[in-house]
Amino acid sequence: MLAKRIIPCLDIKGKEVVKGVEFENLVSSGDPVELAKRYYAEGADELVLLDIAATAEERKTRIELVEQVAKAVFIPFTVGGGISSVGDMRALLRAGADKVAITTAAVENPRLISEASAIFGSQCIVVGIDAKKEGGRWKVFTRSGKKRTELDVAQWAKEVQRLGAGEILLTSIDKDGTKSGYDLALTKKVSEAVSIPVIASGGAKGPETIFQALTEGKADAALAASIFHTCEYSVKDVKVYLAKRKIEVRL
Amino acid sequence: MIGIVDYGAGNLKSVQNALEYLEVESRIVSTPNEIAACDRLILPGDGSFGFMMENLEKKNLIGALKTSISKGKPFLGICLGMQALFESSDESPGAKGLGIFKGRVMKFRTGKIPQIGWNLIASENPRLEDDSFYFVNSYVVVPDDLTIIAALSDYYGPFVSAIRSKNILAVQFHPEKSGTAGLALLRRWLSC
Repeated sequence: MLAKRIIPCLDIKGKEVVKGVEFENLVSSGDPVELAKRYYAEGADELVLLDIAATAEERKTRIELVEQVAKAVFIPFTVGGGISSVGDMRALLRAGADKVAITTAAVENPRLISEASAIFGSQCIVVGIDAKKEGGRWKVFTRSGKKRTELDVAQWAKEVQRLGAGEILLTSIDKDGTKSGYDLALTKKVSEAVSIPVIASGGAKGPETIFQALTEGKADAALAASIFHTCEYSVKDVKVYLAKRKIEVRL
Repeated sequence: MIGIVDYGAGNLKSVQNALEYLEVESRIVSTPNEIAACDRLILPGDGSFGFMMENLEKKNLIGALKTSISKGKPFLGICLGMQALFESSDESPGAKGLGIFKGRVMKFRTGKIPQIGWNLIASENPRLEDDSFYFVNSYVVVPDDLTIIAALSDYYGPFVSAIRSKNILAVQFHPEKSGTAGLALLRRWLSC
């Protein structure tokens, strides 16, 4: 049976890995290629590299980084942040990324999802959904959590599936970097709304919270950053814990 | 020389990076002559069945691929490169596959589709070790000739995850993205 995936996330700014709390207050956590290698060796099932490459120079730096990571690790990795066209995607996939993630661009230009999945295949297209609870409902936010939209999270999830997304990377802005556990109700709601895999993100504290995301939250994969960067837990620690709790994982 | 067939899509770079890591030289091939000059071929693939076949046709590569296979040169099909060996796929009705094997390519019926992630394979073939590999697929092959099945996996029911027939090895998963297990599989394929 298909194993649940544990996915370390590298938030990158320039040439460094950073980590913030609720999308703010970024601190440096090291060299991306070295960190990618460490997670690969620890048994990560995939990697996600997120950054905001807004300028041409930053985009060039990122392509070089993707090329280096692709030569160093032999597991799939997704690159996201600041991608707004099929051309951006092609450049990243050519450099060795396996998938691309779009969040803001998906909302601002939903046609990009269908165009990209028709060209590269759905399996390449991860749609990021950044969610924040407001008045009892989860709303979709864009621009790294700065811009509020009127979109309802579960409805938007269904829509991106219809448009051809292969996976959903669901991040709780309320929980991001807080180490207080995933937003289980949010994760469950989205997982049940769609038939494509859902990656839970935001709030990982330890193996127990990841276990909850995969069971109660019904996620297909769990993404975490802080707990791995700080060496609090290794990917292996998490997987051993999950295996003991009868969750199918690759060890 | 090992040729990685380029039909205009597919993550060729990953396969090449894996071979480079194994210190094996390879080249990306995209013309009939380049294919003919190779003594081993890898046909990787993602995207749709129809898109792949249309592009192989456009680039005039179908004859060269069939010739290479019929000459007995080792051939490795990956993911869509496995499905392309069959006659047709439910994914793209009307598109003709390479037709090396008889059978169909059908969509998964249950579970989240695509299947994305690591799954176990069970094999009796000495060239394939039982291990976890990385899969990304919505469709699976259903060969008429069951003797070509080299490995089975389970996704809400059994499906064919590898086939082996004479000089052909084809796998539904991505060895180039399956960590050490995948690299070991590639190394074994390269050595025999």
